[in-house]
Order: sequence, then structure tokens, then C-alpha cells
Amino acid sequence: MNKQMPELSLSFTLNSARVSATPYPGQRLSELLREGLDARDVKIGCDAGDCGACTVLVDGKPVCACLTPAHQAQGRDVETLRGLRQNEPIAARLAESFQDHGAAQCGICTPGMMVSAVALLRDNPAPDEGAVQDALGGVLCRCTGYRKIIDAVVGAPAIAFDGAGEVGFALRRVDGAAKVAGDELFGDDVAPPGCLEILVIRAPYPRARFSFGDLEAFANTPGVAAVLTAADIPGKNAFGVIPQFVDQPVFAEEETRFRGEAVAAVVAEPAFLVQFAPQMFPVSWTELPAATDIDAAQSPQAADLHEGRANNVMCGGFVTCGDPKAGLARAATTVEGRFQSGFVEHGYIEPEAGFAEIVNGRVELHACTQAPVMDLEALADILGMDRSQIRILPTAVGGGFGSKLDITVQPYLALAALKTGKPVRICYTRNESMQSSTKRHPSDITLRIGADAQGRITGFDFLGVFDTGAYASWGPTVANRVPVHASGPYRIAHYRAESKAIHTNNPPAGAFRGFGVPQSAIAQECLFDELAERLGLDPLEFRILNALENDVPTVCGQVFHQGVGIKACLEALRPAWEAEHRAAAGFNEASGPLRRGVGVAAGWYGCGNTSLPNPSTFRAGVRPDGQVVLHQGAMDIGQGASTVMAQIFAAELGVTPGALELVGADTDVTPDGGKTSASRQTFVSGNAARLAGAALRAAILAKVNAAPDSEIAFGQGEIRMRGATEHHIDLAALPVDALGYVFRAEETYDPPTKPLDANGQGAPYAQFGYAAHLAVVEVDTAMGTVKPLKFVAAHDVGRAINPMLVEGQVHGGIAQGLGMALMEEYLPGRTENLHDYLIPTIGDIPPIETLIIEEPDAHGPYGAKGLGEHVLIPTAPAILNAIKAATGVRLHRVPATPQRLHDALKTGDRNGA
Amino acid sequence: MSYFSPTALADALDILSRGPGKIIAGGTDVYPSARPGESPDYFLDLTRVDALSAIRQNAAGTYFGATVTWTDIVRADLHPAFDALKAAGREVGSVQIQNAGTLAGNLCNASPAADGVPALLALEAVVEIASAARGARDVPLADFITGVRQTALAPDELVRGIRVPPQPEGMQSAFEKLGSRTYLVISICMTAANVLLDARGRIAEARVAVGACSAVAQRLAGLEKRLIGMRPADLRVTPEDLEDLSPIDDVRGTASYRLDAVQEQIQRTLQRASAA
Repeated sequence: MNKQMPELSLSFTLNSARVSATPYPGQRLSELLREGLDARDVKIGCDAGDCGACTVLVDGKPVCACLTPAHQAQGRDVETLRGLRQNEPIAARLAESFQDHGAAQCGICTPGMMVSAVALLRDNPAPDEGAVQDALGGVLCRCTGYRKIIDAVVGAPAIAFDGAGEVGFALRRVDGAAKVAGDELFGDDVAPPGCLEILVIRAPYPRARFSFGDLEAFANTPGVAAVLTAADIPGKNAFGVIPQFVDQPVFAEEETRFRGEAVAAVVAEPAFLVQFAPQMFPVSWTELPAATDIDAAQSPQAADLHEGRANNVMCGGFVTCGDPKAGLARAATTVEGRFQSGFVEHGYIEPEAGFAEIVNGRVELHACTQAPVMDLEALADILGMDRSQIRILPTAVGGGFGSKLDITVQPYLALAALKTGKPVRICYTRNESMQSSTKRHPSDITLRIGADAQGRITGFDFLGVFDTGAYASWGPTVANRVPVHASGPYRIAHYRAESKAIHTNNPPAGAFRGFGVPQSAIAQECLFDELAERLGLDPLEFRILNALENDVPTVCGQVFHQGVGIKACLEALRPAWEAEHRAAAGFNEASGPLRRGVGVAAGWYGCGNTSLPNPSTFRAGVRPDGQVVLHQGAMDIGQGASTVMAQIFAAELGVTPGALELVGADTDVTPDGGKTSASRQTFVSGNAARLAGAALRAAILAKVNAAPDSEIAFGQGEIRMRGATEHHIDLAALPVDALGYVFRAEETYDPPTKPLDANGQGAPYAQFGYAAHLAVVEVDTAMGTVKPLKFVAAHDVGRAINPMLVEGQVHGGIAQGLGMALMEEYLPGRTENLHDYLIPTIGDIPPIETLIIEEPDAHGPYGAKGLGEHVLIPTAPAILNAIKAATGVRLHRVPATPQRLHDALKTGDRNGA
Repeated sequence: MSYFSPTALADALDILSRGPGKIIAGGTDVYPSARPGESPDYFLDLTRVDALSAIRQNAAGTYFGATVTWTDIVRADLHPAFDALKAAGREVGSVQIQNAGTLAGNLCNASPAADGVPALLALEAVVEIASAARGARDVPLADFITGVRQTALAPDELVRGIRVPPQPEGMQSAFEKLGSRTYLVISICMTAANVLLDARGRIAEARVAVGACSAVAQRLAGLEKRLIGMRPADLRVTPEDLEDLSPIDDVRGTASYRLDAVQEQIQRTLQRASAA
């Protein structure tokens, strides 16, 4: 055989089976495995070796399948998670251990993590933490904060269990088994191999004019099925998440407003796209002057991005109470500062992806999303179709954190399926995901705070200007939320807070865990430390002194008579605060470049929409065979909504969560649970699940007049009730309704809020959740590097429905807060990948101690409050305060990169870089 | 487009002589730099050329074949003078990257922040180049990388291996890399140092190489000379020692920060390499 002939086909062992394949030259092993060999358990997050999600074992060694030429598999032994899970006892044990620790949240990194861990455990059955970090350092996770993954691999004692699963029980995730087996189907996992693919053509400049060449000729190229542009949109070429601000085109017309904006899409055979470079598309560009920061956008020379939004001011927010001017004037001490932050990328490991087909004339669309019904509504407008003609079937979501609230791939999929009549799929590259998806708003905040000699806040004046990018997205929500929250969870009688959202030629800034509050908390919590220092007060005691309490009005004039848990959170930190201060002082007695410091910060966050209706509806039923079905419409994006809803519903009905059959948020069969956003699901949907459980129980008991406290047992075709007397229902004897149920309940919950007046006074939220973090850091003062050593996080969650999931949220939020504080800054055109844009790795997150505070809330189900966003609000300021304590340097800009801290240390600039 | 995976070096060189293609081994740089829709005329996969996968040690020195991976190096039993190279290997990307990525590929990719270059400079490595037309030739590493993403390789040439001359008995070595996170990180700056102390504990020979602070990683000849005869405890790296460096501003840090950080980093690396 001539060895110089191109190799065409190859054979190798895949998960113990002999397979053969014919990859094209240079095809990545990841693509061959997923598309040619049905190994969709291999996940692709970056195609550049930056995320490790695609890790497989080749002859026992972990490699990134995305960097491995398929031809190198010839004659080798390739193992993926699915095969290991079946064939390798180590993997089977690990699968249990991952579930015992909540080490898989969204699950998109889980195959990479577990495969890497199997390779480690084969070599080293009892690895220590450092060995686990070295072995798993190549796999990024954006949900868990990694600590639970380390616990799972070293085999620490379980924190989650199978069991009755009552409220308050750390039940293993109801969807955990599929995630650890590699069976979970994400956005890019549902399309049949070989179907048409969509490639979006995007603007290469921050602002440009463009014109198309001969699109018709291009569309007739062999392999091309269709070309899509604005001309193909039957309905409105606009989308947006807030009805008054629907301003973003599906395809730009004539002019683009940010780098990465879509102008057209190519729908083609996969083989065509392999050899198609986007620059071959017939479009010509003329770069136009662009405004890429707040100052430039507000300069007189800047063009207005949108008609009717003069000076590029999109909107603002305002809250005031008392007399802030007078309050500041009579302060014994005032501090002020300007704090800035940049774009932060959500960095979920699953890029936006989906699949669509036409079924019986209707559009059926499978995609990763946080808001299936909002997707449906947006598509109805874009397609000019009745809602009944569209079905959204959400896939599993490989991380969202706010960005998957907005539509992304959905209109391209629907338009392509309609135009070609064929099944179509799309998966963003990491590069286009980062270019085109929403970001956390860059902020420029000026704040002045005064206090009396005793340390009580007397006045507070805040101005926050936010870069909202080229389109509205959730910018108005940020503008509204920030003035409501900028006080932090404190009693401040004389307060003024104003926000402004400014359009620029940057990617749209939208929803990202905290909606602007993490940015405002940096300013407020850092200045609180400055104020305490001026007053000679301990920073923690200063916060406790000013902490909001029951019956004390918030800055919006809202008075909670119960449920205000911030003082309890802060007080819970006292033991660690004292111990860590002593330890740091001891460490700092030695000379040398390493300095340790301890910092504290607090936060609060209103759960649900701000003064707007925010309903969730839950449906449940009993089938004639006795199976209880819960329609779980609260999108589980990794946080654990499916488990929480099952626990709450089951508790009300009087069964175990394991007895339930869950139906997901398919818009054809499940009512709208509302978007997974605003930390609302446990609170709002939890209440809907609670009501639905109670209603179903009541309907069953009423049928036979059983006592309210009867035990209910569902059997094959029957229900038995045991109370004072025993009852039995033969389900076969009952009529079956249109949905196939013999009993059915459907309940809605909408949290009570009141509108805000012109001064921001009202009742914006039915409940807040509260948090306080302590951070210990070690600074290398010669290099400017910061190594967090420990976090203690106290969270008032009202009631921990599932303490394991609470810990999961705390850990993951801290990891994101740490990233924002120390390393993350998205620069359009410069950090559009996961090696220039850095998120924390497994080596960057120190031990986290979670203190669960349960100050029940009258509105929460079982007293529960929301949690998801609360977590990362105190993290960054706690780290900045710890850096100040360690070095004496106050940083005013995040991320605190080694260079920024070094420069501040060098100049000795106590007012910071 | 074709994919060649020869088992004999002569076949590989013959393929390469027919026109330009893309040489691939670990793929850890080839794929990330691939542009959508653009592909080479052919891929030339070297990983099945047996003669290229070995680490050999003998009186002539240490030889790393072109497809020796970072993991191979980390696990090999090597002279302490190679400790910096091993440490660099452990900091290349991640275990996944170390299992696939090769030392030779790291050199051919010619990134200013290539993790392997400073340690190999400090080992005075020589790059063995081969072509079908002209046979083999040796190029000192310092001359092999000629600029950002540029090497001395002609289109029909490939790197056959890397040769490191015998290292003095007692020479020690250390490596430091500064990045903004723990794993999977591109260097802000890095330093490798090989130090030999004399019987009185003074520096008899020092080789100091710095990466990510100039277009091509380089040794600091002035500093190396100045260190001779010094006791490690007395050595102080000064800004004058850094005069040959020309760092740039990029997303990872400014030039002035790099100079400050690398000064401290060199100091620390030398101290560690001099420690008994």
C-alpha cells in the first residue's frame, strides 16, 4: 500500500465497539464522533481547546476532541462519557458521586469533567484536591464554582440524597442521572445528522453601511438551499424583550450598529459550509464612524443610533426619598468615588444552538432558552404567524445567566425552515456567540455617601451611567433596577439615585445575573468601607448598624413587616470575620511581598419583575393509569428549578418527588411558567407549583369526601386515601378530559407589587433576598496578582427548599463574581474567544463556606425567597475590600487585573487605578 | 484536500516537497488558528512517523523527536537542568493540551508567548531541520524563531527534532509563568533560568531566558554575564538588565507592567534555580 496516498476511511474502537468512518481531511474528531458516530455526549463549547467540554480518552489519555484530527483515531481506542458510564466502574461510581454533590448543574461541562476525572482516577484512585485541580484544569464550568466537582472526584461525604424529598431535604437533582450519563440533549444535540445548516453573515465593524451583491446567483450555488435577508421576513423585522423597546432587527437593513450584527444567513448542506468562508458572501461593507464608549456616544459629533433617542440616551431610572442634599450637608463625614466596570460575557459553555422543522404546517423549534413563551411571542411577530402555528420545545440549557432570555438563533431557524421546507439546524461558533450575544452593562458610577459621627448614614447620592450597547435588550430593566437597589440592604432615609442607559456601537448589553446591581454594589459597598475607615468603625459592625430591618422603609418607601434578613446574614459572619482577621494579621507579621486581607460586603435583590405583572401558571394531572404528571414550565437552566418545583408540588400533594412524571416547557402542552430571570422561579413558580399541588389534592379528596389530612397513595389505575376513614378511587371509572387526565389542576401565582411613582416610591417587589460575603485574599504585591483564599457566604433564602441546590447557587455565583472582580472584561474585536476572555478555572476558586439563613418570607412558598442573582452581588466588592485591607490600595475599576493592581500599588494611589 | 499520515520520515519529506501544506501533530495550534472555510491543500500528520516520537539521552545530549508531547517530557526522567522545561510543560494549557501538543509544534507556532521557548533557550537547544532536497541542517533555537509567527523553516522543511547538548553536572533550573488565572492561560511574562554554582556557592554559569516580553523569547546576555561570581543571595535584578526586552501593550497587560513584573519574576526564578 502506498503510504503517501490520502487516507480515506478509518476504523477504530469507540466505547468498546469497532467503528469505521470516512472523515473529510482535517475533520475534527469531535465532529466525526457527534455527527458520524452518534456520540452526541461529546459536547462542543469552543472548538479551540479552551473549554475542555469535548474531552475524550484516546488510548486512555484525555484530549480535546475538537483539536484532534479524526484521522488520528485510526486504530486507537476512543472512549466518551456514555461508554465509560456503561463500561467503566470508576465512571459509574463517579456518576453517583457527581449527583451526591450537585456537581452537575446545567451539565454541559459534565462529560468533559467526568471523562477527565476517570483518566485521573484510573492513575490515582485517591487524588487530593491539587491533583484533581491539575487533572480538571482544562475543563471550564460556569455554573458550579468547581468546589462540588472537586468534592465529587475526591469522594467527599454526600450532601444530597435520594429520599422522600420533602421541602428542606437535600434531594439529588431529578434530572441528574441523564446529565452524568451523557444523555442530556442540549441545543445542538437534537438535529438529525446531515440536515441543512445555517451560517449567519455578520458585520465586521462596530458601525457600517452595506450592500449585497448578486444574492440570487449565490443562492443558486450547488449546496446552497437558501439565502435569508431582511427581505425574507414576513412579519416585523424587529425583536426585543420589552414591548416599548422592540428595536433590534433580525437582519440589519442598510446599516449595522455593532460588530457581529447579522445581515444575512446562508442555509446550506453541511459539506458546502465546510469549504465556505464567510467573506465569500456577496456583501460589501463601508465602515462608518462609530461611538464605542459612553463618552463618545454622548459627544456632539456622535450620530444617534436610534431615532427618538436623543444624545443616545435610551432611558433612565430614578428613586429618591427624604432630602439627600440636606442629609449629606449635615453628615459628620462624607466619602465619594467614581467606579467603573466593563462588559462581562456570560460565558456559558453551550453556545446558542437549535433545530427547527415544519410539522403539519407548523413551525416546531427546539433551542436552548430561558424564556420559551417569550420566544414564541417574538417569533409570531417576526414570522407574521399566529401563535398557534408555532411550537417551542426547549432543549436542555447549557448555562444561560440572563443572555438566553433574548432570542438568538430562533428566527434564523424558523425562517430557514419555512423557506426551505426542510429541517434546519444552527450552532453558533464561540466567536459569534461572544460577538453577538448580550453582555453585562459597562458602568460608570459616581457616588457620595455621608454619615453622622455615630456612623449612621445621613445621605446618599448616586449616578450610574450604563453602556447599553446598540439595542435595548434588557437595558431598561437595568436602568429601573439599579436606583431601587443602589442603597444596598440598608436604612437610608435621604437618598437619591439616578441611572442612565446610553446607546453605543457595542454589543447589546442585556440581562446578566443581577441586572446592573452587581455594578452598583461595587460602588456602594466599597465606599461603605471607606466611610467606616474614616469613622474609625469596624466595617462589619458599620454595616450591621445601618442594616435594614423589619418595619423600616426601603429607599422606595416600601415597608416589610417581616422577612428582612440582612442583619442575620451580617451577624452570621462575625465569628469568621474575627478569626480571619486574626489569621491575616498573623500572616502579615512576616515581611515579604505576600499580604493578606479580609473584606466584607452585602447585597439585596428584589425577586421577580419590578412593579410589573409576573405570573406563573402550573398544571398537573392524574392519568387514568394513576401516574401523576407535573407540567414543569419553569425553565431549568442548571439552577435546579425542576427539582425545586417537584419538591414543592409533591409536598403539597402528599407524594414523593420521585413519584412524579415531569413534562417540560413545551409550549404545546405546558402553561407559561414565565421566564427564568429575576430570581423568580423558586418564589413565583414555586408558589404556582404549591397552589397546583394543593388544588390537585383538594380535587382528589373532594371526590370521595376524604378528610383533609388523609394520606394519598397513587397505584396502578387507582388512588387510595387513608385518614380517619379509608377511601379508594378507581380511575378507570372516571371520565378522561381533553388533556388525558382524570384529575387536573391549573393554578397561577402573580406576586403582589405596586407601581413606582415619579420618585421611585412604591412597592417594586413582594420580597427581597439578602446576602453578605466575607472574602480572604492574598495579594502578591510585587506582581499585582490576587489569590482568593476563602469565602464565607451568608444567604437569607427564607427557606431552603433544597439546601444542596442553595449551595450550588452560592458557589456558582461567587465564581462569577470572582471572575468579574479579577479577570473578566469583554473587549469587542479583541477578546472574542475563551483564551483571551478569561473566566475562572478550577484552580481559581477557593473553599466556600455557605451559611444558610432562613428568615421566612410571608409570600414565599414555605417562606422561600429567590437566590440566583443575589449571590454575585456582594462577591466583587468583598474581594475589592479585601484587597484594600491587604494592601491599602482602593481599586475603582474592575476587573482588578494584575496590571491594574500593580499600577495602583506602584503609584501608591490610594484613590486607585 | 488530502490527509497524509506517513510512517516513514522520507515519505513525509517527499510529500512536503510537492508543495505547501499544513503539518499537524497535536493539532493544538493548527485548529484554533484555522479560519472558517479555509483549508490547506493537504494535511501532513507526523504522529505515525515512529522515528519522531522518542526521547533519547546519550553522551551527545538529549534528543526530543518532533512528535514528543508535553506529557512525554513531564513524565521523562531528565537531568535537573530540564526542570524548567518540565515546569513549563505542566503549565502548557491543560492536561488535554499537554497530552496532544508537541514541543516541536510549540516552536514552529512561534508565538511570542510559547511556553517552551524560554526553557529550551536556557538549555541552548538546537533545532534539527530536514527536507527531501537538502537533507538535514541544524539551527540554534535562538535563530530558528525569527519573529512573531515566523521561523527559519523553508516551505519544504520540517522540524525533525530538538537536540539539547549535555548539561553541566550540578546545573539547576527553574521556571515561572505569570498569568491572570491558574490553568489554560497565556503568559503575561515568563522566565526560565539555568544556574550552575561553583564549590563556594557562587554563580559559575547562568542562563536566563524571558518570554512574552519581546517578539521572540530571548536570553539576557548582559545579566547572565553580570551574575558570574555572585552569591545567589546578593543578586538583584535591575531595570538595566532588561534593556534588550521590548514588551508590548495587549489585553493581558501593558509594556510597563510587563517590565516591572518580569524583573521580579527573573529575580524569583534565579533564586529558585540557585537554591540548594
